[in-house]
Amino acid sequence: MSLTILNVVIAVVIAIAFAALNAAYLVWAERRGAGRIQRRPGPNVNGPLGLLQPPADGLKLMTKQLVIPGGADKALFVVAPVLAMVPAIMSFVTIPFSENVVARSMNIGVLMIFAFASLGGMAILFAGWGSRNKYGVMAAVRAVSQNISYEIPMLITVITIVMMTGTMNLKELVAGQSGGIWNWNLLPSLSSPLMPVAFLIFFVCTLAETNRAPFDLGEAESELVAGFHTEYGSMGFGLFFMGEYANIVIGASLITILFLGGWGCPLGLFPSVWWFLLKIYLLIFSFIWIRWTFPRTTIYGLLNLSWKILIPISLFNLLLTAGLLKVF
Amino acid sequence: MGAYFSEIFRGLQSLATGLGITFKEFFKPVVTVPYPFETIKMSERYRGHIELIESEEGTPKCVACGMCQRACPSGCISLASKSVEYEVEVKGEVKTKKRKVLTKYNLNFTTCSLCGQCVESCNFNAITFSKEYNLASGRKEDFHFDLLNRLEERNS
Repeated sequence: MSLTILNVVIAVVIAIAFAALNAAYLVWAERRGAGRIQRRPGPNVNGPLGLLQPPADGLKLMTKQLVIPGGADKALFVVAPVLAMVPAIMSFVTIPFSENVVARSMNIGVLMIFAFASLGGMAILFAGWGSRNKYGVMAAVRAVSQNISYEIPMLITVITIVMMTGTMNLKELVAGQSGGIWNWNLLPSLSSPLMPVAFLIFFVCTLAETNRAPFDLGEAESELVAGFHTEYGSMGFGLFFMGEYANIVIGASLITILFLGGWGCPLGLFPSVWWFLLKIYLLIFSFIWIRWTFPRTTIYGLLNLSWKILIPISLFNLLLTAGLLKVF
Repeated sequence: MGAYFSEIFRGLQSLATGLGITFKEFFKPVVTVPYPFETIKMSERYRGHIELIESEEGTPKCVACGMCQRACPSGCISLASKSVEYEVEVKGEVKTKKRKVLTKYNLNFTTCSLCGQCVESCNFNAITFSKEYNLASGRKEDFHFDLLNRLEERNS
């Protein structure tokens, strides 16, 4: 037993390092990508290709003073950034990067990740409420209503997949898709002909759950200054930022595991961790690409999309899959 | 029901169009100039602060008539001159004549509104707009330009 605990501790340390490194360099990738799309170079002064920009930013954030505004709820204000970062790191523990690279293969891995993902909404609520700032409160209200309404279609889609595969273990989910692109959950199967639609729904929900553009209403700069982290500076802000990017990595990993065959090669050859990383970084590139293409939606448009389109279609898909599973 | 689905499909189509455009832009060359390392040439009509024009000998063309000083609505030009004697040969005789020579030409750029009255009023084509735009300072003394000094620095 103590060995498995040690195992988890090591995994958490590696997860923190992985999350921090990813957060730092995804910011760089995002800024470079935004630059390319807007036909400018992006950060390119510090180091070759601007690769030393993230350490410089990190140093700047760490050396700044953490200002707690007067009248703020001190406990909530301090807890919120940590609460944004910790669930993101914890989710890494159960994500299988390859057949052997997984800290803890759990039977309820899917459930665990979604449970931790829901805590992210709480962090935003605490931050907005605790900083006693009207912009923060507005952003918190928006972000929570968004997170709740997008968790429903996301989970219904996951239920569809769990029904098809009969497992909630992420490792077994990937194992069920091994052997090439034709086995991936992305493609329509006999029992679930609407799988590409389910993938699209899950993709949109991931964007919304990670509070990314075009669903970044929680930090709509043009309306709410900086949203829930208006009052945060120094590493408090840094933790929110890292948590956000760690969540993006987890979202991309989940899509990869649930739909794109995890660590499997599209042709069924040489399954390895590199395929997994390639897939998640391609997905992250698509997130960046989407962010710099579309303008922000309104809160009505956002909720309408979820309640009028995503939820009915995902429910229909669930019922259809349930019926067809009985038939075949 | 048909309208519901056609709206979704048209929406998805327009999203795909948008993504296609940004994807193409992603691979096009950058159009910006990395400013502190490279600068673009200012256009002919750009108006910076005024600058003295030099003659072929390297001395200012200015004859210190003071027209610009009088034309300036904000009174930001102040100049001084001294008269020097020089010899000239007229019909075989050597005569001494007097001429004004510019000794000081100060521009107080803090009150200048770049109206261009001074350049317009100059009959000797002795002043022009510079193309200087990197002007920033926390001290107002930095905007009191000694144009004669600047001309000498340019020549040296």
